[in-house]
Amino acid sequence: MTPDDRKYAESHEWIKVDGDVVVVGISDHAQESLGDITFVELPEVGAEVTKGSDCCVIESVKAASDIYAPLSGTIAEVNSELDATPELINQSPYDEGWMFKIKGFDAAELETLLDAAGYSSFLENN
Amino acid sequence: MSIIYEKSIPNRQGVRLPACDVPVSGSIPKEYRRSNEAELCELSEVDVIRHFTALSRKNYGVDTNFYPLGSCTMKYNPKFTEKLAALDGFASLHPLLPQLRHGGLLTQGALAVCYKLERVLSEICGMDEFTLQPMAGAHGELTAMMLIAAYHNKKGNKKSEVLIPDEAHGTNPSSAAIAGYSVKPVPTNPENGALDVEALKSMVNEKTAALMLTNPNTLGIFNSDIHKIADIVHKVDAQLYYDGANLNAVLGKFRPGDSDFDAIHVNLHKTFATPHGGGGPGAGPVGVKEHLIPFLPISRVVKRDDGTYALNYKYPDSIGYIAPFYGNFSVCLKAYAYILLLGKEGLTEVSENAVLNANYLLHSLKEHYDVPCMRTCMHECVLSAQKQAEKGVRALDVAKALIDRGFHPPTVYFPLIVKEALMIEPTETESKETLDAFVEAMKEIAKLSETDPESLQQSPETTPVSRLDEARAAKMMDLVYTKPE
Amino acid sequence: MGYIANTEQQQREMLKTCNASSIDELFNDIPNSLKPKSFDIPAGKSEFEVCTLIQNMASQNYSHLTNFIGGGFYDHFIPSAIDALISRSEFYTAYTPYQPELSQGTLQAIYEYQTDIARLADMEVSNASLYDGGTALYEACQMAISTNRRNRIVMDGGVNPIYKKMLYSYTSNLSIDFCEVSVSHGQSDRQKLFYSLDEKTSAVVLQNPNFFGVIDDHSDIVEKCHSMGILVIQSTYPIALGLIKTPGEIGVDIATGEGQSLGIPLSFGGPYLGFMATNKKLVRKMPGRIVGKTLDNKGREGFVLTLQAREQHIRREKATSNICTNQALCALRAHIYLSLLGKKGLTQTAQLCLDKATYAKKRIKEIPGVDVMESSPTFNEFTISLPLDAGEFAGMMIDRGFAAGFPLGRYYEGMENYLLVAVTEKRTKHEIGHFAEAMEEALCQ
Repeated sequence: MTPDDRKYAESHEWIKVDGDVVVVGISDHAQESLGDITFVELPEVGAEVTKGSDCCVIESVKAASDIYAPLSGTIAEVNSELDATPELINQSPYDEGWMFKIKGFDAAELETLLDAAGYSSFLENN
Repeated sequence: MSIIYEKSIPNRQGVRLPACDVPVSGSIPKEYRRSNEAELCELSEVDVIRHFTALSRKNYGVDTNFYPLGSCTMKYNPKFTEKLAALDGFASLHPLLPQLRHGGLLTQGALAVCYKLERVLSEICGMDEFTLQPMAGAHGELTAMMLIAAYHNKKGNKKSEVLIPDEAHGTNPSSAAIAGYSVKPVPTNPENGALDVEALKSMVNEKTAALMLTNPNTLGIFNSDIHKIADIVHKVDAQLYYDGANLNAVLGKFRPGDSDFDAIHVNLHKTFATPHGGGGPGAGPVGVKEHLIPFLPISRVVKRDDGTYALNYKYPDSIGYIAPFYGNFSVCLKAYAYILLLGKEGLTEVSENAVLNANYLLHSLKEHYDVPCMRTCMHECVLSAQKQAEKGVRALDVAKALIDRGFHPPTVYFPLIVKEALMIEPTETESKETLDAFVEAMKEIAKLSETDPESLQQSPETTPVSRLDEARAAKMMDLVYTKPE
Repeated sequence: MGYIANTEQQQREMLKTCNASSIDELFNDIPNSLKPKSFDIPAGKSEFEVCTLIQNMASQNYSHLTNFIGGGFYDHFIPSAIDALISRSEFYTAYTPYQPELSQGTLQAIYEYQTDIARLADMEVSNASLYDGGTALYEACQMAISTNRRNRIVMDGGVNPIYKKMLYSYTSNLSIDFCEVSVSHGQSDRQKLFYSLDEKTSAVVLQNPNFFGVIDDHSDIVEKCHSMGILVIQSTYPIALGLIKTPGEIGVDIATGEGQSLGIPLSFGGPYLGFMATNKKLVRKMPGRIVGKTLDNKGREGFVLTLQAREQHIRREKATSNICTNQALCALRAHIYLSLLGKKGLTQTAQLCLDKATYAKKRIKEIPGVDVMESSPTFNEFTISLPLDAGEFAGMMIDRGFAAGFPLGRYYEGMENYLLVAVTEKRTKHEIGHFAEAMEEALCQ
């Protein structure tokens, strides 16, 4: 199930607004295709990110994948639980496996992202 | 089996060193000394011999049995070349000796090997000049990309992109990137399994520095459009590079140099039968056409008018040093001896039999596995286990089931563009009986995937360990032995 | 012919299966226009003939000279057990351990090798090896750059000049700046080195013992660099590590070196062995193969290639290194060598080198007109000054049966009269004595 309380990027990140920050993680489809995740290199808190730029790396047994910032802004917080238990992304991609939070983003950029239905059909068509 | 450190007994030693025969004892001031001895294991020579003999028995090599690992050319490694490489005249020769004044005269034999191997490789590949310095295939690719970058820089060409087919070897893109270029993938034509020439035409422009091509490609398909491709590439003064990983298919049948390739690397450990060594050392000499010669790495071996050999460093446009000396010399020596033994006919027979063996496997297995591109293949054939995967038996399961049947598996999941790929390269040194036995095993596995797929997912069961948990290895990162508390 | 088994009869049967009438038909994809324009290769020879020919070539090489050349590549004793074990073809005819179930021998040996290197250098982790000491140093620089994302490398003047040249070649297409600081009295020049550090500096590259054979304690440099977020890379000589302060003890971030001295023959330049060790926090930036211990599906311990996601076959153009092999067989040689020597044997070998070098220095110092550079301590290699061109002198010594050393003028302008002399545990008192006498005689000429 693709939760409909959040937005999605075509590069398979999900983005959920939570007050004045957005929470970012990767979709169930993304964790499934990466396989067992073994390491996450998180961005630094305070780092400026721009939409579409790579800001962290996920390593699995099969691949090392860049994760792209879905919005421009400043990294407000990172999920440091992932340092010790990167498999949280496999186990709970939409909840405990969140990766980082962005503050100071432009709400208008949110509109460029897909909703749950849009993401699901994007997956079907690709 | 125990780690060697677990077998250590204090004060044991496997080598007796000479007693000190000089009347002085050197000392190092305290601030420069290490505080504790390195905790190396302490064993007798017998302990060491038994440990490594036991380890060797947990390995599988070409000498064990059939090793059809696609794209790796695991042919038989002749034994006489090992003996030659161990000759004291080569093995004890210090690489700085020829760098003494007139030092070349002290190493005429070794320099002759280098010079003559460069000449014979040039003739085999149709190139004008070779360097033996690159120490592996990927290192050869990188060297060639550096040569191409130097060529463009010298001419003032503003180039920024290297084109690479989507089926290419994984090291191609990183070689181009280190030479300072960005990479653009060129699609493969699904109809004939070869590079899509129309797509190439639309992608080549003034920014194109080079096209990296493997021919036959990783699908085992020979591309006969080379002249057309070369014209497209050369029109913008881009360079055509030949990844020689698959040269074993075309010895005496096709020379990259004749069809306008500008640079090439060859893998001596594949085509020219030097042992793979469990993952190295290999050697990846690079050949070039005349216009790239000025950029070759230094030093270069030259033959003087009086017939002697010497090292020359005076090439102002050279890319400089890419190896400390003259390449992996003893690997080059083995390849040279192999070429001398085979000669013209022998080399041609290598490719004829490699191609015959691959086609024989393809035709013997085509009813049992999917064939993504059914046409005459060269030295390797690519099958797909997609039919089996639908029953839950993936390419990896086929590979592991082959292990239990006494064979090394083919390359799996490569090329990336074929689903459930099984890339099989038999090489010329395998007999029909061996191939037949392999075909029987593959057929049995195909049959079992219909009747009892679960049984295959348990494989291998005959090996010292079964399927290993790679995720655990990456998370735990147990990379060095530590004594349990 | 060659190593082909199939008879003509078998080839015909196989062609039938392929629905082909001849082998030539299988090559139909190669049009006439692409057929070789020439293939002028001599006819094949028997094994006996090839051996004779190559033995003759071997005999033209002056490998019989008593060797005092080092320069980072040394004539150490190689125990026979190494060749005996290395010739087990289960090791040398295998390939990269992609199928771990069939490669536990290679994999466990590499894991043990990684342990050897880590313990030798006092570092936390090691990779499975790289091509040679020079490429290892280049990879270390790339690793530093990708870690702190700075692009300037400061290089100490004591680094092997061959490695310096390699670094310059490899980075010529990348935006990396180099700054070189010459040595003072043979050691790293602190004042100039510290002055050259700035906020753009990614790493400082040091060598110990350095190219001139001089040993140093680089702790102060490490401390200064770390305070500025600069990584320290140290290239080292594994036999010397039997006695000298280790990279780990002084807090070096990446230790590299040439492993040839660990049981690998000189073989006119290769194959050799690049080693690299680092700390856990940098391990994911470390290039090359790495073996890790894990469990199989029945709970048994075993070994696999790990952290492969970093590698070029997955990262493709994003990979910062394109090294996809290690020098497995050379690493195996080094591992067997260190296992045979053991803890005591390594220290003894290093001490023998030091003793003999000390004796050679003493003897050479007695020769009129020759001076030994002694302002800083050395290990088994040292610089001497001569009253004539060192290259010319080395030529005179060849006639007397000695490879006397390496003339420094080749790489250092103004040092034409200086010779770098190396002494290993293989040199006897007798040989050193003869060497000194021959020098004396040559200089009197």
